[in-house]
Amino acid sequence: MTGYIIRRVLLLGLTLLVTSALVFALTQIVPGDVARLILGRDASPEQIATFKAQFGLDVSPPQQYVNWLGRFIVGDWGRSFTGGNLPVRPLVLERLGNSMRLALMTLLLSVPLAVFLGMIAALRENTWIDGLVSIGSLAVVGLPEFVTALVLINGLALGVRELGLPSTSMVPNNTLEDWVRQLILPALTATFVLLGYIARLTRAGVLEELKKPYVRMATLKGLPRRVVIVKHVLRNALLPTITVIAISFGWLIGGLVVIETVFNYPGLGSLLVEAVKQKNLFLMQAIVMLVVTIYALANLAADLLYGVLNPRIRLG
Amino acid sequence: MTKQPILEAEHLCIDYRLGNQWVNAIRDVSLTIGAGEIHGLVGESGSGKSTLALALMRYLAPNARVSQGDIRLDGVSLLSKSRPEMERIWGRDLCLVPQDPLAALNPAYTVGEQIAEVTRQHQGLSKSEAWSGAVAMLEKVRISDAKAVAQKYPHQLSGGMQQRVVIAMALNTRPRLLILDEPTTALDVTTQAVILDLFRELLHEHQAAALYVSHDLGVIREMCQRMTVLYCGEVMASAPVAGVYQRPIHPYTIGLLASIPRVEIGASNTRLPTIPGTAPSLAQRGQGCVFAPRCPVALDRCYTEKPELETIIHERMVKCHRWGEIDARTLPVDYKDFLAESKEPFFNAKRQSGTEAKQDVPEETPEYVLKAQRVSKTFGGRSLLKRLLMQPDSRVQAVKDVSVNVRRYSTLGLVGESGSGKTTLARCIVGLETADEGRMTLLDAALPPALTDRPAALKREIQMVFQNPSDTLNPYQTIGQMLRRTLERLGAASSPGNVEKRIAELLAAVRLSDDYVNRFPNELSGGEKQRVALARAFAASPALVVADEPTSALDVSVQAVILNLLKDLRAREGASYLFISHDLRAVSYLADWLIVMYQGQIMEEGTTEHVYSIPSHPYTEALISAIPSTDPLEQNKHIRLIAEPNQSTERSGCPFAGRCPRQIGRICEDEAPPWREAGDDHRIRCHIPLDELKKLQSNGTPVQAALDKVVPA
Repeated sequence: MTGYIIRRVLLLGLTLLVTSALVFALTQIVPGDVARLILGRDASPEQIATFKAQFGLDVSPPQQYVNWLGRFIVGDWGRSFTGGNLPVRPLVLERLGNSMRLALMTLLLSVPLAVFLGMIAALRENTWIDGLVSIGSLAVVGLPEFVTALVLINGLALGVRELGLPSTSMVPNNTLEDWVRQLILPALTATFVLLGYIARLTRAGVLEELKKPYVRMATLKGLPRRVVIVKHVLRNALLPTITVIAISFGWLIGGLVVIETVFNYPGLGSLLVEAVKQKNLFLMQAIVMLVVTIYALANLAADLLYGVLNPRIRLG
Repeated sequence: MTKQPILEAEHLCIDYRLGNQWVNAIRDVSLTIGAGEIHGLVGESGSGKSTLALALMRYLAPNARVSQGDIRLDGVSLLSKSRPEMERIWGRDLCLVPQDPLAALNPAYTVGEQIAEVTRQHQGLSKSEAWSGAVAMLEKVRISDAKAVAQKYPHQLSGGMQQRVVIAMALNTRPRLLILDEPTTALDVTTQAVILDLFRELLHEHQAAALYVSHDLGVIREMCQRMTVLYCGEVMASAPVAGVYQRPIHPYTIGLLASIPRVEIGASNTRLPTIPGTAPSLAQRGQGCVFAPRCPVALDRCYTEKPELETIIHERMVKCHRWGEIDARTLPVDYKDFLAESKEPFFNAKRQSGTEAKQDVPEETPEYVLKAQRVSKTFGGRSLLKRLLMQPDSRVQAVKDVSVNVRRYSTLGLVGESGSGKTTLARCIVGLETADEGRMTLLDAALPPALTDRPAALKREIQMVFQNPSDTLNPYQTIGQMLRRTLERLGAASSPGNVEKRIAELLAAVRLSDDYVNRFPNELSGGEKQRVALARAFAASPALVVADEPTSALDVSVQAVILNLLKDLRAREGASYLFISHDLRAVSYLADWLIVMYQGQIMEEGTTEHVYSIPSHPYTEALISAIPSTDPLEQNKHIRLIAEPNQSTERSGCPFAGRCPRQIGRICEDEAPPWREAGDDHRIRCHIPLDELKKLQSNGTPVQAALDKVVPA
């Protein structure tokens, strides 16, 4: 296992290095001159030269990459081109915190619910319950996020005002309760996207495990149905689900642009869109690097967890 | 004083729902098993023996029901129990020892936990009490270092150890009745022999009743006091074991016993008797005797009138209209090889012009089809990272400096336990693995180790037949498409017309009718699938066919058919075989030359006759003695190899030294044994001089008791 972890961590480092090069290359091939775009068409050559010197854009691209990577690793993520040239890092980290909260809330809502629904559907295979779960979850997955979001806003925030759920995140949030209230609707929207996927995967996993002889053996050992299902079946059936949850986590961090926009939620996804629009190079690079890192870390965590839960991998 | 039997099943009928109707699967089965008794349940696949065994535990598939009859455990009916009540009985009074222990154990938990949860559940023991109970149980099934084994996960244990764990699990609560569902089918004969001893002893000690389900009549004879023969869901005969093997009465039992190849010297010119036809599906049973369509002595009456299960004498029951004549020996029940009677034409595409039989093959063909010199193969490597982390060397030398020669038109048998390297050697020859070292020639042409380096013409000359035909046939291709593709890929037929002709010939050769061309594999029985696999292997008239356990997954009656076919095909197609099996009976039927392998090395080689007679290598001796025999006159020698083989790369002495019952001392462990010539190229690799070995083996000197406990590999 130790060798496995070391190998995986080394591989992670390599992955990030390759991505950093790709990220840098992508920001380079964005059409148009950044300095001219920021400073406007009327900027003089001197102004442009000053701008380039200020942001280190006056050296060759490979040199720029090395400089950027070196500074990025030690924590100097550069300054924003716009909005008073503030350092990028605090801004990105604040948004990351917001995204993390939303992602965790979403997983907290979706994973138990999806696993439960998938399990029930599998245990009641080919009954109306199974049909309801399968068709229902598919129908919900098919809906675009903004539709679900609007339905939820109309139904829960505006329809049932007693719940006190804000339809937008632009409200003061001082207490934990405020935080949770604010997260519920966007998290619920994201939950609907994930629900069907995880539920179907769980259903398939449970069905496959139920066929295996060890389940019959556990039953004929006289274990109650509940123990057979929860201890023996779910433990093995959920292994593939872990990987999917990890991939979903990456998506929740960087990909919730629509949900963040509808709810005015200050997350990382919407910041990235903003940065791309402004050609805010360092901001873009920082966000993409961060999202990729989180993706990779989540997958590493999933693989390690998979190994811990699956002795056949851990002990070869 | 009449003792209350532990299990009584009375007129039990089980139905399955197929579509909208119920089909009767198990018909009117009655069984009683008393304390300390082991009752054998014999039947071929599809006979319903596993369904019956599980139904006796009141465990039925969701689409099955008990439509009639009763099951009583200690006099109490199980059928009236609710599910929670059954949960209290399962695992406590009524335990299962399943067929495939690895599949029956949850891969995610340690074996100790899986044993302990039974007593936690049924006896309310605490976690630590249950755990120490589990360790004690593991010791009881003779696992040394039980504490460490309890901490292991199922996949880390060998097959024999897994089986012990499952036995420990079943006996943990001192059950009243054990259902043993083919518990040793997946094991090597040597391991099986040890496990059977363990069963006998523990069942005797616990005075538990047991139902032993098996298709292996030898095992049943060794284990059971009484046996029931099931065919098509019906009891054909039920009787004390001794009588059945001495004088079987039911034609089906006679047929089953006859189709088992015997370890006999000089048997290779005979043919195995086979039972004609195949078992009918449950839905198409007629109104007469279910066995009538396959019975060699059936009368018209047998087709129309169902025989009753009659008691002949004292507990001996048989369901046959003609048992009286058979019992009085006025009616001989003879099975011939029914396939041999078929008169279908057969000729060889490759040599069809003028010549018709192999004897006419030109003189200049080499004496040996295959020569493999000093072949070695090691699996696993040590990466830099592994070395940096100082992880143990995980390399396994599967084949170590092995030379084999396959003579033209003959069969080389390769035997040994699992892990002996026999399959790896075969795969190196076929090219599925690339040998690390060694020189191979096929028909005097150099045979490169890597498949990609082999010219098409050479690839065509070596074909392989695998153990499980269900896994090797593409489920989405018809038999015709499959054979056509093989012929085209191997370039074995010049024109499309020839392809169709050859397909017809091949099907005829494996005795399948023309309409099989349009069938898919799932429409075929296991034996038929294996026949298709044979047809495919022979499609391009190869010089060498490598058959890796081709009959191990089949019932004895089907095995007989395949073995006979292999014999026919060898003669008619002029091929040679490399026949791999752990079943020494099957090998002896086909092989002219035998090689006994142990841990990647050859221990003994010679003609089949020489290898099976003394002197033989102590390992060969143990392998032969471990075969459960169906011959009532045979006294088993009972040599038990207790320790299990452990794979290590470097050892200077004899690889068998640790387990050898005839070990003579340190020399066995320290020095590589010499090859000793016993004449006629019969060679034995042992430190014991042959004269002495012969003396030891002929006067039946009891072998020295080896280690009492198993050492985990």
